[in-house]
Amino acid sequence: MTTVRAAGETAASRRGVALLRATGPAGIASATVISAATFAAAFGPLLAPYDPDLPNLSLAWAGPVGGHLLGYDFEGRDVLSRLLAGAQSSMLGPLAVVILSVTAGTLLAVTAAWRRGVSDAVISSGLNVLFAFPGILLAILAAAVFGAGLPAAAIALSVAYLPYVARVLRGAALRERNQPYVAALEVQGASATAICLRHVIPNIGPLIVAQATILFGYAMVDLAAVSFLGLGVQPPTANWGVMIAENQDGLLLGHPLPAVAAGLCIVAVVIAVNVLGERLFDQARAARG
Amino acid sequence: MRRWRFVARRLVVLVASLLVASLVIFAALYLAPGTPLAALSGGQPLPPASVQVLEQRYHLNQSFPAQYWYWLENALHGNLGVSITLRENVSTLIASRIWTTAGLVLYASLIIVVLGIGLGVVSGLRPGPFDGGVLVVTAVCAAIPAFVAAIALIIVFAVKLGWFPALGNGTGFLDNVRHFTLPAVSLATASLAIVARVTRASVRQEADREHVQTAVSRGIPARQVIRRHILRNAAVPITTITGITTASLIAVAAVVEVAFSLNGLGAYLVQAAETKDIAVVQGISLLLVTAFVVVNLLTDLICAVLDPRLALTDSPR
Repeated sequence: MTTVRAAGETAASRRGVALLRATGPAGIASATVISAATFAAAFGPLLAPYDPDLPNLSLAWAGPVGGHLLGYDFEGRDVLSRLLAGAQSSMLGPLAVVILSVTAGTLLAVTAAWRRGVSDAVISSGLNVLFAFPGILLAILAAAVFGAGLPAAAIALSVAYLPYVARVLRGAALRERNQPYVAALEVQGASATAICLRHVIPNIGPLIVAQATILFGYAMVDLAAVSFLGLGVQPPTANWGVMIAENQDGLLLGHPLPAVAAGLCIVAVVIAVNVLGERLFDQARAARG
Repeated sequence: MRRWRFVARRLVVLVASLLVASLVIFAALYLAPGTPLAALSGGQPLPPASVQVLEQRYHLNQSFPAQYWYWLENALHGNLGVSITLRENVSTLIASRIWTTAGLVLYASLIIVVLGIGLGVVSGLRPGPFDGGVLVVTAVCAAIPAFVAAIALIIVFAVKLGWFPALGNGTGFLDNVRHFTLPAVSLATASLAIVARVTRASVRQEADREHVQTAVSRGIPARQVIRRHILRNAAVPITTITGITTASLIAVAAVVEVAFSLNGLGAYLVQAAETKDIAVVQGISLLLVTAFVVVNLLTDLICAVLDPRLALTDSPR
């Protein structure tokens, strides 16, 4: 029993080492950035050295001084603490968008590919109409109708991304549907749901994961943009997009650090996610042969 | 013949998706919490006379489809209603801002086409250090959102170097160009990088193909090989990605207009969304969606001209 477990562990760790070697320095750097941002999103408010929401106008725009590594923002709040606390809304928002649109996109794509005919036509043309709405525009429209805030923006973006997700996955699901093993399972009497859940979706799994990763980057940029416009996360809640908007005056006043620091956080995470997503796409493609 | 059928089918799809999109935009009135009247008045109490005007304008006492039809008919005649905050015709308000947005998007598209495709072609044709540099730089640039590019450009070129103004539209053509340069560059940054990467990949792929190597070995001049055998074949993916990214600028322009305090449609749309000026939001959304869909259609049509096989193999989806 113990030997079996030990053998399994070495195989797993060997695979881990091989994966690290295959990803190279860019992959390792990306993994580090993503882990750090996730850690900050989970524990940010606890890690923050100072109260991220406590203003002190006498310290407004003050530069970095002992203990306050990134200085103070326009209201005299500690910038580093706000970055750490802001990781939460900046990371969870895109995560929600990805979960919503990838789940709905997978369901629609697999349904369309499985049933073909009328269902496929209805789903595909419904999605074609959604192509008419750019993500940011739909988010602004949602804010006008339902009021500004992260939930409306996140739902709007999930809907706007749906056709892009579903189109790629529908193609993959259709290829899977035509594989001989699917026909064999049908002959054996397996139900459509069981075949889809146990075989089709797991087999297009790598593509779903790659798609979700790339989508996270887009969602992060678009959600930050909506928050920058004042229609997403509402101040005084800390958020990277909001921080750029509220500290933009500092650029002309000679205090660019607060806005730049928030911008760099967004760019670092998006680059990392893009690098990782591209690798995952290559792997998914290679696996399919 | 089949080519015209292709164009006709695309036009039908265009009209259908615009109809549905306009229905969604109109239905915003009903999706909003409260009555359509409350949505139209921005939630503020109105004198009975104005209520009556709104009821008549939007035919609120008739059925939903009838209301939609009247609204659409008005919109097609350029009558988009009245702004509740500025008490002016939405079409007039749009007309005074449309050139800012159009100029910004065109300027950015020009930058993308010249620099993005140019960089992509050069680095696709010449593997080496330049190509490697382009790959790294474009990977970074593709991840820079327009508003982050905006703050970086303001810091360097407006505050440090003082070459370009940081805010505002400017007056007169040359001054406009000066004022629009930083906004256009920040709008173009991410798309430029994506266009360059896709261009590079498709040029490289075509350059490695056997017929190109045969042409080179037969002693056909490089210039001719590049033009006839590499670029001609790579043209379709390059056009597609340029078209898609250019179309997406139409919405992202809002972010850049706000960052640089430009008086354009996007900035006005954001302001209207904040004040719940629903007639303005509907009017601008309708216009931007139309522009977005039309640019995408044009991209499809240009691709079909570049590669007639696309029109022949196109099947109704």
